[in-house]
Amino acid sequence: MNLDVIISYIPLYIEAFFLTVKIGWLGIFLALAIGLAVAFVIHFKIPFLSGISIVYIELFRNTPLLVQLFFIYFGLPKVGFTISAETCGYVGLGLLGGSYMAEAFRSGFESVPKSQTESALALGLSRKQLFWSVILPQAISQSVPGILANVIFLLKETSVFSAISLMDLMFTAKDLIGLYYDTKEALFLLVVFYIVMLLPVSIIGSFIEKKARFRTLGV
Amino acid sequence: MEEILKVNNVCKRYEDITVFENMNLTVKKGEVVVIVGPSGCGKSTFLRCLNALEDIQDGEILLDGEKVDAASKNIGSIREKAGMVFQSYDLFPHLTVLQNLMLAPVKVKKRDKKEVEAEALTLLERVGLLTKKDSFPRQLSGGQKQRVAIVRALIMHPEILLLDEITAALDPEMVREVLDVVLSLAKEGRTMIIVTHEMQFARAVADRMVFIDNGRIVEEGNPEEFFDNPKTDRLKQFLQTFSY
Amino acid sequence: MGFEVLLKGNNMVRLLAGLAVSLRISLVSVAISIVLGVILGILMALKNPIITVISRVYLEIVRIMPQMVLLFLVYFGTTKAMGINLEAETAAVIVFSFWGTAEMADLVRGALLNIPAIQYESSISLGLNKLQTYRYVIVPQIIRRMIPLSINLITRMIKTTSLVMMIGIVEVLKVGQQIIEANRKASPGAAFGVFLIIFLLYFIACWPISMLSRYLEKRWEN
Repeated sequence: MNLDVIISYIPLYIEAFFLTVKIGWLGIFLALAIGLAVAFVIHFKIPFLSGISIVYIELFRNTPLLVQLFFIYFGLPKVGFTISAETCGYVGLGLLGGSYMAEAFRSGFESVPKSQTESALALGLSRKQLFWSVILPQAISQSVPGILANVIFLLKETSVFSAISLMDLMFTAKDLIGLYYDTKEALFLLVVFYIVMLLPVSIIGSFIEKKARFRTLGV
Repeated sequence: MEEILKVNNVCKRYEDITVFENMNLTVKKGEVVVIVGPSGCGKSTFLRCLNALEDIQDGEILLDGEKVDAASKNIGSIREKAGMVFQSYDLFPHLTVLQNLMLAPVKVKKRDKKEVEAEALTLLERVGLLTKKDSFPRQLSGGQKQRVAIVRALIMHPEILLLDEITAALDPEMVREVLDVVLSLAKEGRTMIIVTHEMQFARAVADRMVFIDNGRIVEEGNPEEFFDNPKTDRLKQFLQTFSY
Repeated sequence: MGFEVLLKGNNMVRLLAGLAVSLRISLVSVAISIVLGVILGILMALKNPIITVISRVYLEIVRIMPQMVLLFLVYFGTTKAMGINLEAETAAVIVFSFWGTAEMADLVRGALLNIPAIQYESSISLGLNKLQTYRYVIVPQIIRRMIPLSINLITRMIKTTSLVMMIGIVEVLKVGQQIIEANRKASPGAAFGVFLIIFLLYFIACWPISMLSRYLEKRWEN
C-alpha cells in the first residue's frame, strides 16, 4: 500500500464522510419521528390512519432501500415530483427507517402492561397524562435495544446512496478505483471511514442499552 | 351516617356471559366492607366497576353522590375519590418511590410540589419506608411495593379505598406487614372495600362481610354472625374450605 | 406512465429473470449460512476463550460493516488488487454467506444458552439419557426458535441482493435500467413504471415470507 496515495485521498474521504454522516443522521431523526407517530397511531388504533400505517410498514419493510431510492429519485420525477439527490437520500432513509422504528416503538408500547394504564387511571390521571407520564417513558426504555439496532442498520444502509450519485464514501471509493486503479488504498480508506462512523455508535449503543435495561429491569 | 357509595341493581355482562347481576351495596362513611367469595365469582370485577375500570351494562353506581361512568367528562375527578390498590402493586417502574407518590397529586390535583413531598414523606414514615424514598420499585420486596401502592392511593385523599386482593401475590412472610397497615387505616376510620382471601384478617378488620357467589350477593352481615353462624349452605361450604 | 414498456417484447420476462438471479443468490447464501452458522453457533456456546474472542471480532465486523463495503472489498479486492478472477456472483455469495453465518451463529448461540438448566435437569430426572434429552427436549425447542428467525433472514437476504448490481451483476434493477435506457425515446416516462413494478416485485417476493416467519414466531411463542 502506498502511504502517499492514502494521504492524498484523505481529504476526499473526509468530505464524503461528512456528507454520509449528515444524510445518515438526518434520515435517522426523520425515521424516529415517523416511527413514533406511526407506532402511536397503530397502538392506539386510531381509525383510518392505523390502516394506512400498517400498509406503509409492510411496504417499506419488505422492499430494499436501493429500490425505494430508485423509485423516488428516478421514477417520481416522471410524474412531476423532482427532488434533489440529497433530499432523496434522507427522505428515503427516513421512510425506510420509519417502518423499522415503528416496529421498535410498537413493541415498546406493547410491553407496558395494561395494569399500568389501569392504576394510572385509578389515580385520576387523564388519557394525556397517562400517555406522557406513564406509558411513553416505559415504552421508550423498552424500545431502546430495537432503536439502537435500527440506528446501526440505517447508518450501514447509507452505503447505497452512491447509486443515486450522492458523493458519499462508497461513491468516492468507486470513483477513485475507476480513475486511478489504487484499489487497495481506496478500499482501505473506505473501511477505515466506515469503522470511524459506526464503531463509536456501536460501543456507545451497547452502553446505553445496558443502562436502559438496568433502569427498567434492574439487571 | 353519610353514604359514600351506593350501588343500585348493577349488572356486568360480556357478550353472552353474565359476570354478576342485581348487585346492591351501600357503604357509609367510615365503614369497612370485606367481600369474599370463590375464585371467579366476580368480586374483583365488581370492585373494578366501582371506579369505571370496567363498564357496567345495567344499574348505576353513585360515588359521593356522583354517577360513575367512564364516558363522563369528569371521570378523572370521580376516580380521585376512589383510591385503588391492585394485587400486582403496579407501581410505575420508571419512577422512584417518591416520584410514584407525587405523580398524581402534582399532575392531577395540581398541588404544590413541596407540600406533596412533605406529605409523601410523612406517609412513608408511617408505613416504615422513609429510607426507600429514592429507590426504584424493582429494588423493593413485594410487601414494600404494596405498602408504597397503598400510600400512593392514600395521598390522593380518597373518600374510599378499594383494595383488590392486595396480599394474594405476596410471599407469606410479607402478608403481615401489609395487613397491619390496612388495619391501622381501619382504626383511624377510613372507608374501605376489601376483597381478600385472608379470613382471619377479614374478621379482624370488617364492619360488614359480604359473600359473593355465582355473580350474586348470597349473604352479608356482621363478622361474628357471618363466620360463626353462616345462614346459607353455600357460605358454610365456602368457609369450610379455609379450615382443616 | 411507463408501464407500457413492460408489455413490449419479452421485457417482463427479462425483469422476472433478473429477480430470479437475486433469489438464487439469496437462497444459496442462506443455505450456506444455516450450515456454517449452526456449526459456529455450537462452537460459540462452548465458551472456549479463543473461539469467544475470534467470534466476537467477527460478529462485530459484520455488525458495523455495510454489506456494500464487504461486496466491494471481496469483489474489487480480489479482482483488482490481487488479480484473482472472481465471478461477481461468487463474490456476492461469499459476502452474503459471511454475513448470514454471523447472524445464524449468534441466533444458535442465543437459543442454546437460553434453554433453562431445569429443562436438562427435569429430563434427566425423568430417566432420559443425554442423547434422548437432546433428541426429544432440547433440539426441538431450539428448532422452534430458529425457524422463524432463519426465514426472516431469507427476506433480508433477498432485499440485500439488490446491492449486487453495484458490482455489475445483471439482476432485476439492472435489467430495469437497461429497459429504461433502451426505451428512452419511445417511453421517456418508463422510469416510473419500471421502478414501481420492481418495488412491487420485491414486495411480492418478501412479504409472504415475512408473514410466514411472523406467524411461526407467534405460534411457537412458548
